[in-house]
Amino acid sequence: MAKILVVTSGKGGVGKTTTSAAIGTGLALRGHKTVIVDFDVGLRNLDLIMGCERRVVYDFVNVVNGEANLQQALIKDKRLENLYVLAASQTRDKDALTQEGVEKVLMELKKDFEYVICDSPAGIEKGAHLAMYFADEAIVVTNPEVSSVRDSDRMLGILSSKSRRSENGEEPIKEHLLITRYHPERVEKGEMLSIDDVTDILAIKLKGVIPESQAVLKASNQGIPVILDDQSDAGQAYSDTVDRLLGKEKPLRFIEVPKQGFFARLFGGK
Amino acid sequence: MQTMSLNQTPDTASVFQLKGSMLAITVLELARNDLEALDRQLAAKVAQAPNFFSNTPLVLALDKLPASEGAIDLPGLMRICRHHGLRTLAIRANRIEDIAAAIAIDLPVLPPSGARERPLEPEPEVKQPEPAPAPAPAVEPQVRPTRIITAPVRGGQQIYAQGGDLVVTGSVSPGAELLADGNIHVYGAMRGRALAGIKGNTKARIFCQQMTAEMVSIAGQYKVCEDLRRDPLWGSGVQVSLSGDVLNITRL
Repeated sequence: MAKILVVTSGKGGVGKTTTSAAIGTGLALRGHKTVIVDFDVGLRNLDLIMGCERRVVYDFVNVVNGEANLQQALIKDKRLENLYVLAASQTRDKDALTQEGVEKVLMELKKDFEYVICDSPAGIEKGAHLAMYFADEAIVVTNPEVSSVRDSDRMLGILSSKSRRSENGEEPIKEHLLITRYHPERVEKGEMLSIDDVTDILAIKLKGVIPESQAVLKASNQGIPVILDDQSDAGQAYSDTVDRLLGKEKPLRFIEVPKQGFFARLFGGK
Repeated sequence: MQTMSLNQTPDTASVFQLKGSMLAITVLELARNDLEALDRQLAAKVAQAPNFFSNTPLVLALDKLPASEGAIDLPGLMRICRHHGLRTLAIRANRIEDIAAAIAIDLPVLPPSGARERPLEPEPEVKQPEPAPAPAPAVEPQVRPTRIITAPVRGGQQIYAQGGDLVVTGSVSPGAELLADGNIHVYGAMRGRALAGIKGNTKARIFCQQMTAEMVSIAGQYKVCEDLRRDPLWGSGVQVSLSGDVLNITRL
């Protein structure tokens, strides 16, 4: 049974696209046929992070509007057999998406893929709404700072009340928390919220903590999902996260602050 | 909107009922005493909205006519109106000649505009044995069951327990708002806003296990986080009650 996963946050710049690319790639690495869909119409970035920006011909909006079929628009990853990208349009805006159109595309993708990862735009407007509306699971990406936590909290409220599952009275969207850009030293100095502070407010299951890392920026600029950099702290943290999403009981090395601090110090600055 | 008054003689079953009612009635306010122009302009209006002018009940308002306009040909005016589908029920007038003209043709006269109609109820308040206890529109019991929320209340969500109490078993996030006509109970961490007794019930209370609210309010009297933080009970289990216009926070 194919699953639709939305990567969302409310706030911008927290690492949704980085996470979508990493998680999608991680799932494909583990043998699951996966497609990552960029819902950020007008501000498309996923293709850059995935390193396929030069091969975008048709995009999501073209498919929604029936100007191209899915096979034409899906971009196959050069590194992994099981990985595809559906790019957003750069020239249109979010109003180009319709609920019916998105539903049609997602249902078609569900037939071919095991995982459909929806990379949500920031905000809580139409684009973000459509990205999460059909989801079965949600990865809520949060930075350890108050405004990001508040926005994630708002997004969780929307996930539980405005999705198709909630409107049909079905089992609610399964919510996973992912804390990104975590900086153990700054937490110790009290400049950043701790994991406990965040999980206390959001009260959903923590699936991973990604440390603030040079590797992420480097990977983005090179168009290589950071999870493929298995020497990096962030890459390993994403790997653990994918395993946990697949139900593995990974040792919770990123959940506890002291261990997290130790880990980050060990790999920090690379 | 309708008011009803029963008027029954004690011995016989009543043949009629008098009912007060408010009806929407078209008023034709005459500005000038120029019947030919009126005829032309009405004809134009009828052409625009033929459906509107078919046996439409009408009150002729002559009270805005300047005294200098001279006596009006009331039967002539009514003929013109009738011709265009307007049926005159009464006139509204204050000039004595208009009132006389109306009385002459047995047409009711209403008080001039601005004088709001007073209840003119021919109601001799006779004490009488109630024939049958009229199914009085009894005041419905206002108590509704307590509303219970088991999921966390997220920022941006608003939950209102109308007519009763609100119980939240999970936590309430900053930016969330709880509203109740009665009491509010929060068993998780309370970080949002809680407004109890919002319809003015000063007896309403707010109970929380961990009071870190952005705002608490009872019957409109409120305290915001800035004040609440200074309270030594910040973060502990408290109840909030209202005495006079002071919110009291006491340990649970």
